Amino acid sequence: MELNLVQAINQALMQEMERDASIIVMGEDVGRDGGVFRVTQGLLEKFGEQRVVDTPLAEAGIIGTAVGLAIKGMKPVAEIQFDGFTYLAFNQFISHAARMRNRSRGRFTVPLVLRAPWGGGVRALEHHSESMEAIYAHVPGLNVVIPSGPKEAKGLLISSIRMPDPVIFFEPKRLYRAFKEEVPEEPYAIPLGQARVAKEGSDVTIVTWGSLVRTSLEVADSLKEASVEVVDIRSLSPFDEKTVLESVKKTGRAVIVHEAPRTGAFGAEIAARISEKALLNLEAPVRRVTGYDVPIPLAKLEDYYLPDTSRIKKAVQEVAAF
Amino acid sequence: MPKKIVFEGKTEYLQVLDENGAVDKTLEPKLDENLLRKIYENMVRARVFDRKAISLQRQGRCYTYVPTEGQEGAQVGSALALQKADFGVPSFRENAVYLARGVSMEQLFLYWMGNEEGSRMPADQNNLPVAIPVGSQVPHAVGIAWAMKLKKEKAAAITYFGDGATSEGEVHEGMNFAGVFQVPCIFFCQNNQYAISTPITKQTHAQTIAQKALAYGFEGLQVDGNDVLAVYAATKAALEKAYSGKGPTLIEAITYRMQAHTTSDDPKKYRSDEEVEYWKKKDPLTRFQVYLKGKRLWDEEYEKKVQEAATREVEDAVRKAEAYKPNPEDMFTYLNAELTQDLKEQMQEMKKSMEG
Ligand SMILES: Cc1ncc(C[n+]2csc(CCOP(=O)(O)OP(=O)(O)O)c2C)c(N)n1
Repeated sequence: MELNLVQAINQALMQEMERDASIIVMGEDVGRDGGVFRVTQGLLEKFGEQRVVDTPLAEAGIIGTAVGLAIKGMKPVAEIQFDGFTYLAFNQFISHAARMRNRSRGRFTVPLVLRAPWGGGVRALEHHSESMEAIYAHVPGLNVVIPSGPKEAKGLLISSIRMPDPVIFFEPKRLYRAFKEEVPEEPYAIPLGQARVAKEGSDVTIVTWGSLVRTSLEVADSLKEASVEVVDIRSLSPFDEKTVLESVKKTGRAVIVHEAPRTGAFGAEIAARISEKALLNLEAPVRRVTGYDVPIPLAKLEDYYLPDTSRIKKAVQEVAAF
Repeated sequence: MPKKIVFEGKTEYLQVLDENGAVDKTLEPKLDENLLRKIYENMVRARVFDRKAISLQRQGRCYTYVPTEGQEGAQVGSALALQKADFGVPSFRENAVYLARGVSMEQLFLYWMGNEEGSRMPADQNNLPVAIPVGSQVPHAVGIAWAMKLKKEKAAAITYFGDGATSEGEVHEGMNFAGVFQVPCIFFCQNNQYAISTPITKQTHAQTIAQKALAYGFEGLQVDGNDVLAVYAATKAALEKAYSGKGPTLIEAITYRMQAHTTSDDPKKYRSDEEVEYWKKKDPLTRFQVYLKGKRLWDEEYEKKVQEAATREVEDAVRKAEAYKPNPEDMFTYLNAELTQDLKEQMQEMKKSMEG
């Protein structure tokens, strides 16, 4: 069936909750309201108040108790309402969720999933358009997943839920209702740590994730003068270095595209891997097309900040012509 | 050893004007005519602004808006009790607080229309800009009040937050600091019954929010938040206490959000029409109108004048705010005291990409 991103994630949650009775969905307004983006719509009616829980308004409380629930054998799939409010729970992630297995020498584990709407492009209020995935990917022990569309999202969320360790699952909110695609009805898992070649090409590699996969594909499809390969990272951690390096070795040119601010972002990590392991295959310097090193502006100036097809296209052309 | 009681607390509820506008003479604050009219006119301004913002949002001329309707009594009553030197530390629903404290409608529209300039508070006013992360502004008010105490100023800080915010750790850390350091801070909680779809009964198992103050060693009280006189009186009393070094107060104003949580919310999913009707009868403007009429301060002609003035003000503000064009370079300008070399280069890069 053709589903949008909201529907695909909803279906994954439904199917996994049916399969595994230990899953509980928890967060602010996830029950009666079905979540502010309606991603958890219908779960309360189907699984009841014990398993679909409207929590008090407290992100540290949500993730802190989810850590405890997970330690004691439940499978919490927690929602934080927006990317910009995950910081309140950051201490629970970095100090406990990510380390409990290591600290307890494997005795206690924290298989929890955090879902949060992520990224810009919807003209939202401040703190509702953040893309700080790098700070999570920087934490040893955390897995970080960002799907690029409905089909990817379903398979990646199912894998995330089945992971024995904590996963941060960021949902590109501007894609929630942007398009529909064919999503298989039956549950399927896309393993974490495997990038996807979204489009094959031979001259330039674009490495990207989340909503900018689609934007990059548009560029790749419309560009006449160069054949562009697009690699969708899908999971920043674990990171699939192999797929990226293979592509860059083939094309000899790399453009890294992300909407997060440039400095210290995950693009820098990818550029470092390329320079460590594929430098001699490069025909041109690695380029980054990113947000600027400022907080993402409010609605009126948002488009000046976000990488778009024209900025990506220009970078690809320059790299191709180098 | 027999058990003994080591703590007992009580929480009072204050109402001066009931929902029909009948006044309790023993509790009635003695306010002069000018102030009474100022209170009314500010409630009307807030409501006119609110309805305009909602309609602009529906027409695509304004982005996500956070409505105030129903909470004008709580906001105007508390804001007009403040002196100029007092510091306002609002959350995101405090349009009526900003307006009553002298922030222009144009400024507020700029903000809701997605311009950073909307957060530039006038230099002669003591208000922080909107704080979106729920409850995060509360410790700021405590710090501001602490500085006032250190500087021996006769002033106080007031912070606004909702019932939902009382679940956040930062709110409690702030209140605890305020108790420990005995700072001149007022914690003004507008309990409008919901945090988006989540009712207060799912937020706390305690009977009141006000009683939470007792655990931090200071006074907490409930007021009828739709009774602007009760709110004014309670805030004044808390301010006097603060000015004279007697520490913080938590005020829980019982009220109701008449509109959606934001313009992107659908309240039909979580509350009934009957409930909304029930609260409509408690409207803060209507009962205050009755009170003013009893004092011969209100008649149809006055009402017409007030409405017209507010409408003129709002139309003028919309015109100005819509004419404003933000400068993209400003996303870099205010980040730090000085533009770094990196940012200078990124600014150039942005300008180049604007040229296409
Ligand atoms: C830290 C944080 N978490 C979640 C949100 C999303 N959110 C915005 S308002 C709101 C409910 C706030 O309820 P309450 O404190 O009662 O204030 P009200 O909106 O009713 O005025 C939520 C959950 C947020 N802005 N900040």
